[in-house]
Amino acid sequence: MSKRIEVTDLNVYYGDFRAVEDVTMAIEPKAITAFIGPSGCGKSTFLRTLNRMHEVVPGARVEGEVLLDGENLYGPGVDPVRVRRQVGMVFQRPNPFPTMSIKENVLAGINLNNRRMPASEKDALAERALRGANLWDEVKNRLDAPGSGLSGGQQQRLCIARAIAMEPQVLLMDEPCSALDPISTLAIEDLMAKLKEEYTIVIVTHNMQQAARISDVTAFFNIAGTGSPGRLIESGPTEKIFSVPDVKATEDYISGRFG
Amino acid sequence: MSQQSMIRADAEPASHHHPDPKRVGDRVFSGLATGSGVLILVILALVAAFLLIQGTPALLADPAKLTAQGYGPFAEWVAPYVFGTLWAAALALFLAVPVSIGIALFISHYAPRRLAQPLGYVIDLLAAVPSVVFGLWGAAVLAPAVQPMWAWLNANLGFIPLFGGQASGTGRTILTAAIVLATMVLPIITSLCREVFLQAPKLHEEAALALGATHWEMIKMAVLPFARPGIIAAVMLGLGRALGETMAVAMVLSGGRQISFQLLTSENPNTIAATIAQNFPEAFGLKVNQLIAAGLVLFVITLAVNTIARWIVARRAQYSGAN
Ligand SMILES: Nc1ncnc2c1ncn2[C@@H]1O[C@H](COP(=O)(O)OP(=O)(O)OP(=O)(O)O)[C@@H](O)[C@H]1O
Ligand SMILES: [Mg+2]
Repeated sequence: MSKRIEVTDLNVYYGDFRAVEDVTMAIEPKAITAFIGPSGCGKSTFLRTLNRMHEVVPGARVEGEVLLDGENLYGPGVDPVRVRRQVGMVFQRPNPFPTMSIKENVLAGINLNNRRMPASEKDALAERALRGANLWDEVKNRLDAPGSGLSGGQQQRLCIARAIAMEPQVLLMDEPCSALDPISTLAIEDLMAKLKEEYTIVIVTHNMQQAARISDVTAFFNIAGTGSPGRLIESGPTEKIFSVPDVKATEDYISGRFG
Repeated sequence: MSQQSMIRADAEPASHHHPDPKRVGDRVFSGLATGSGVLILVILALVAAFLLIQGTPALLADPAKLTAQGYGPFAEWVAPYVFGTLWAAALALFLAVPVSIGIALFISHYAPRRLAQPLGYVIDLLAAVPSVVFGLWGAAVLAPAVQPMWAWLNANLGFIPLFGGQASGTGRTILTAAIVLATMVLPIITSLCREVFLQAPKLHEEAALALGATHWEMIKMAVLPFARPGIIAAVMLGLGRALGETMAVAMVLSGGRQISFQLLTSENPNTIAATIAQNFPEAFGLKVNQLIAAGLVLFVITLAVNTIARWIVARRAQYSGAN
């Protein structure tokens, strides 16, 4: 249920603009990897190359390799649709489908893949996903109400339920808590700690405490200046990055945020 | 600096006496806006009053008198034209709506940007073609061109009631008229749908794609549900145009008074608008009242269509929230 990601010499472009330069790193399964770095350094861009969502932007392209347990996501003949079914994604702003009920939202991915699944099995799956996202108790009595009627934090957990209902290998999260209050944020952090037992999790965050609290590995990205590409400065065990990083810029960034 | 603030402090109380220019602008604008709103209502009321006052004599007249001096008892006379109006408009929409939605989706979600823009312009240009030109084209080009096809349909699929009857030798049938009408409503529906499709939230499109939806599945999940009220509004606007269109129908169709669903014969129901246009020049006395009363009927139909459209859009609005 969880796979290792290996990225080799990855360059990411929007048209002629190189947004991310020469990233090489490994992302371990059953662990939380946090991406930190200043705004515009390409964290989201890099994250979106891991499930081939990057190429949805017109003119965007990628050079290099991303291996998911040895299989190159950018190999010839690989269907991006299949990649996205294995690598789930949660966005910065909660985005449940407004015309669907809570249950339909959770099953949205399943209904794409596996329409024939019997209704009872679908119900069981929806319950499992909602329990997995720590949302079941709050919505079990209104599964047929519109998903957009939930609070922001509940909507975000609904989106997580929607992603894990697909039983992906990897779960990517781009600042999943930045639109949420501290209580909802804690709920989602607890959830991530639980999910990492089953999934490879990658999270982008601007919240240093959050990265320190929940992640096992931290990767720091930076840019030299506007217009220049983002680079991976260093990555390593979170305790190390937050106490004795190898690079001065990492320390500056982290302490600047704390100071 | 301090001088400036002193001036300002001085100027402050003065503004209570002399309204400052901004407020004058506001007032002029709100006056103009209210005025135009009222003007539209007044015009609408005047039109309705005209139709009612001039049409009522025909509505209240003794059927015998209408037979002698008019076109015959009103309800009996107007019924085929009401049918023809609705039938022609329904056929036109049936042809135009799928094509419009297809083109709009192509422009908004499939075509590369370099192709999408010119295509959008061309569609908008189509809306600028005068209806009389469409009429000419329908009668002179389209009808002869489709005649063999209609004859073939009639010969081979004639057992289907829609294609039954005696095929027209000129091609000037209600189906041909419906194609012309469809061409005329296509740009309205297409450009409105395109606008709505373009407004579909990126957020939801990406949510669908990230779940492993194909492009078409993404459109079904994230674009069409969001766009539904807009599509309905666009279709209703198109319907409004198709119901009221006069020239194209009058020029293509030699309409009569049949109530018939057959598409390919030369015996076709005429529409209200075309009937009024064709008969008004020679009409006098009660006949004029009768034609105006038919206009009233058309007005009511169009009003009803608009009201239903608004009701549908309002009812859907709460479910499509881009919140
Ligand atoms: N759709 C796009 N088209 C063109 N350039 C883009 C696009 N999205 C991002 N960029 C550029 O790519 C670079 C990296 O952006 P990205 O969004 O990945 O940064 P980020 O690290 O996620 O920033 P933040 O922390 O603010 O979310 C920026 O210079 C940005 O302007
Ligand atoms: Mg970002």
